[in-house]
Amino acid sequence: MVRLPYTTALTTLFSYGLLFVFGQLRDFFRKLLGWIRKPKDQLKGYAPICLGLEDFYVRRLYLRIQDCFGRPIASAPDSWFDVVERCSNDNNKTLHRTEKTSRCLNLGSYNYLGFAAADEYCTPRVIQSLKEYSASTCSTRVEGGTTKLHVELEELVARFVGKEAAILFGMGYVTNSALIPCIIGKGGLIISDSLNHNSIVNGARGSGATVRVFQHNTPSHLEEVLREQIAEGQPRTHRPWKKIIVIVEGIYSMEGELCKLPEIIAVCKKYKAYTYLDEAHSIGAVGKSGRGVCELLGVDPADVDIMMGTFTKSFGSCGGYIAASKEIIQYLKFSCPAHLYATSMSPPAVQQVISAIKVILGEDGSSRGAQKLARIRENSNFFRSELQKMGFEVLGDNDSPVMPIMLYNPAKIPAFSRECLQQNVAVVTVAFPATPLLLARARICISASHTREDLIKALEVISKVGDLIGVKYFPAEPPKHLNQGHNKLE
Amino acid sequence: MASRIMDVIANALNLITSAFDAPTGAIIFGVPIDGHLMLEALLVMVIVFQLTKKSHKPPKKPLTEKEIDELCDEWVPEPLTSDSTEETMIEPPTLESAAGPHVIVDGKDVVNFASANYLGLVGNKNVIDSCVGSLEKYGVGSCGPRTFYGTMDVHLDCEARIAKLIGMPDCALYSYGFCTIFSVIPAFSKKGDIIVADEGVHWAVQNGLDLSRSTVFYFKHNDMKSLEAILEKINSRIKEPEKVRRYIVVEAIYQNSGQIAPLNEMVRLKEKHKFRIILDESHSFGVLGNSGRGLAEYCGVPNEKIDIITAGMGNALATDGGLCTGSVGVVNHQRLMSSAYLFTASLPPYLASAAIGALEYLEANPSVLTKLRANIAFLLKELSDVSGLATVSHPLSPIIFLKLKKSTGSNKTDMHLLDSITNQVLKEHSVLIVTTKRSSLDKCPLPLGLRLFVSASHSESDLAKAAASLKKVAAVAFS
Repeated sequence: MVRLPYTTALTTLFSYGLLFVFGQLRDFFRKLLGWIRKPKDQLKGYAPICLGLEDFYVRRLYLRIQDCFGRPIASAPDSWFDVVERCSNDNNKTLHRTEKTSRCLNLGSYNYLGFAAADEYCTPRVIQSLKEYSASTCSTRVEGGTTKLHVELEELVARFVGKEAAILFGMGYVTNSALIPCIIGKGGLIISDSLNHNSIVNGARGSGATVRVFQHNTPSHLEEVLREQIAEGQPRTHRPWKKIIVIVEGIYSMEGELCKLPEIIAVCKKYKAYTYLDEAHSIGAVGKSGRGVCELLGVDPADVDIMMGTFTKSFGSCGGYIAASKEIIQYLKFSCPAHLYATSMSPPAVQQVISAIKVILGEDGSSRGAQKLARIRENSNFFRSELQKMGFEVLGDNDSPVMPIMLYNPAKIPAFSRECLQQNVAVVTVAFPATPLLLARARICISASHTREDLIKALEVISKVGDLIGVKYFPAEPPKHLNQGHNKLE
Repeated sequence: MASRIMDVIANALNLITSAFDAPTGAIIFGVPIDGHLMLEALLVMVIVFQLTKKSHKPPKKPLTEKEIDELCDEWVPEPLTSDSTEETMIEPPTLESAAGPHVIVDGKDVVNFASANYLGLVGNKNVIDSCVGSLEKYGVGSCGPRTFYGTMDVHLDCEARIAKLIGMPDCALYSYGFCTIFSVIPAFSKKGDIIVADEGVHWAVQNGLDLSRSTVFYFKHNDMKSLEAILEKINSRIKEPEKVRRYIVVEAIYQNSGQIAPLNEMVRLKEKHKFRIILDESHSFGVLGNSGRGLAEYCGVPNEKIDIITAGMGNALATDGGLCTGSVGVVNHQRLMSSAYLFTASLPPYLASAAIGALEYLEANPSVLTKLRANIAFLLKELSDVSGLATVSHPLSPIIFLKLKKSTGSNKTDMHLLDSITNQVLKEHSVLIVTTKRSSLDKCPLPLGLRLFVSASHSESDLAKAAASLKKVAAVAFS
């Protein structure tokens, strides 16, 4: 959990306050000028797209640091990539591409197992399937969009995850938002973790069920909420709930924490609630054979009712899946709108996932899968422990490849990002609204394709930049391990 | 006896009266206080005390832990999925080759009318070559959202290309066609705003309307009079028109009926009543108009008059993904407020290359549009006398929609009948056509029917074969 020191909180609030005051001043001048200049005739009588303070944050705060976000790249998102440089003539309001690129170390892409670039096993097979099936089927799964590849992948995913059957969707976001309304409706209760992803929130809102939130990763609070809700029943009528679904994620992408799955499953079983596990970041990345959070924490997949995941992160492709019992999957194939109306997943992308899973399971005849899994675990643990020794405030559990470094102050966000880029390390910084206002952070994603030299270079750069901008909130350990190393050599 | 009681009472009364009238000797505020005033003051105090006392309410007892335990043990949840699947869904055909005009199903060659491959780009060699180059350079996935190193130069090139074709200043590229519209609508319309939508819009639009939490009014399918009536009613009720955003949401070619929206009339109404138009051109982009620009070109309306255009690229452009264009303000707003743009990985780069390849092909070969139109006209003529089914789609719509002349009573039984027809057509005549599917969450009231997606790469013999097989099967089914 994040421990926010008082002085840091005060300085952060003060900075935001100052930015707010300046922003309001500028808005005042903008209004004055607006009165002087006449409004365009074609917009007269229409309400503007953004009224009043709705886009204040965007106009006055975000645009100043716009160059830290949305950086285009000109190569595959592998461990080293080419970042395109952009320039601006009007103080960051608009950015223009230039022809120059700089080769940077990639610490921001979700490339956990290193399948992002062309792979020796996967790419030839993907190109073969592209020539055979073309880039798209132009049709929905239930009409003319199911190919042999889709059927093969569904069986493979079910086998990999350990459930009876699986169903594919073309995009991870749609998997959540179009699925939750299908399995629960009015009269049901959804209890979701307070830090769940936007797609889950949208799906829960779109379903019409009542939504309650429990404190992030706290099974005792979940139990309290469950007891209270079952005893009270539906709001106002107090009828008993039709069903209750608890939604949690495997690895929370902004905290890097693993879910406390065994305790949460125990609570849900006791109160007969259904569980929905979103393994977008954890499938393929954690666990001895890459099977996700269930394998890592020793939970039987049969205990989780619905397991969801995406192929974007560890498998280097696109799309999502749901794995559950045969009855649930049969029902979804009949009524889920994303299956009935959306274009089916692109066949080369399906082939990429099939090949990637085969590599992970070792079915391609080599041990590359096991090597990748071992390497990502080593890399994550090494990087996290080194950062903590340097005195950074790093969140997240051991074995998780996502590690946020806390920055807090709004000015440190662009400082960290720009300084690192100058030294050819590309990092991702996240601020409001993806995180709470005071808790801005830089998020590092480790990949199995990072070598030890890459990580050491990254550590040097981050340490230098951290000293420069003052984000080493904790006391650093003295570097005695270096001396020990020297002694050993001698 | 009675007289003695009377004497006692009279004596008592005399005592009391003298006590009351006796001056106590106290003078407060210049008023002499007599005895009776003390009694009256006491009475008033008693009255005030009774009034201010709270009425007796039984105390609230919260549930004890034991009671909560009992309630939790008694509660029985419904099963996660309802068992209403007694109707077994017919398994969709599994394709064994590319979804072009001819496809292999179960080892047999089948004529394919189930893919929205309007320009015949599935299997196009140039597009495939550019995809192969893209795959070798970028890999398959983009491994990140647009804000976190998921923006590649192919995405920016694709956006610029599409914007140039449509004639708008900029364009935003989404990673999936299905979620484009249901992310765009909530980005622009919030609680308190007003949306007027056609009742025949497809599920993704309906979901977008729900997520936006705005007030939604539906007008009769493609009926401009109904639309005008609703617009007037809304405008007469709004008190502050400059503070409430108002939108009309329509599709260019409706998936559920094959009708085309009358854009000229709609633009006239929108300008009169100060609404903005959100137009979903998934099935008309690359199809309508002399150079494939879409409904605006076909109707002769300048693009600036349409505020927001969205389209899925999984149809004419034979790739995947979605796009949304408008003025500069519209596109920039989306890049920061649209959830399916921000919180999800970007479009795989090879699909963006496929889109660029498709646009290049369209620009170089505008005759493909004439071929498509000729195919549609031919097939419509052939299908004009099918027993039991009537074509209701627009003559220029590449989705040919046939509905039942007489419904069998419910959607379920209609679906059974139509499914049996398509099944027979596939098994006996090797032609793949499809029925419209309706999810249980779909609120569209339009009738079900059969759909044929015509492609520019269908030959005349393909079209003739499809029409002949459908006529044969329908004659048997409706005899």
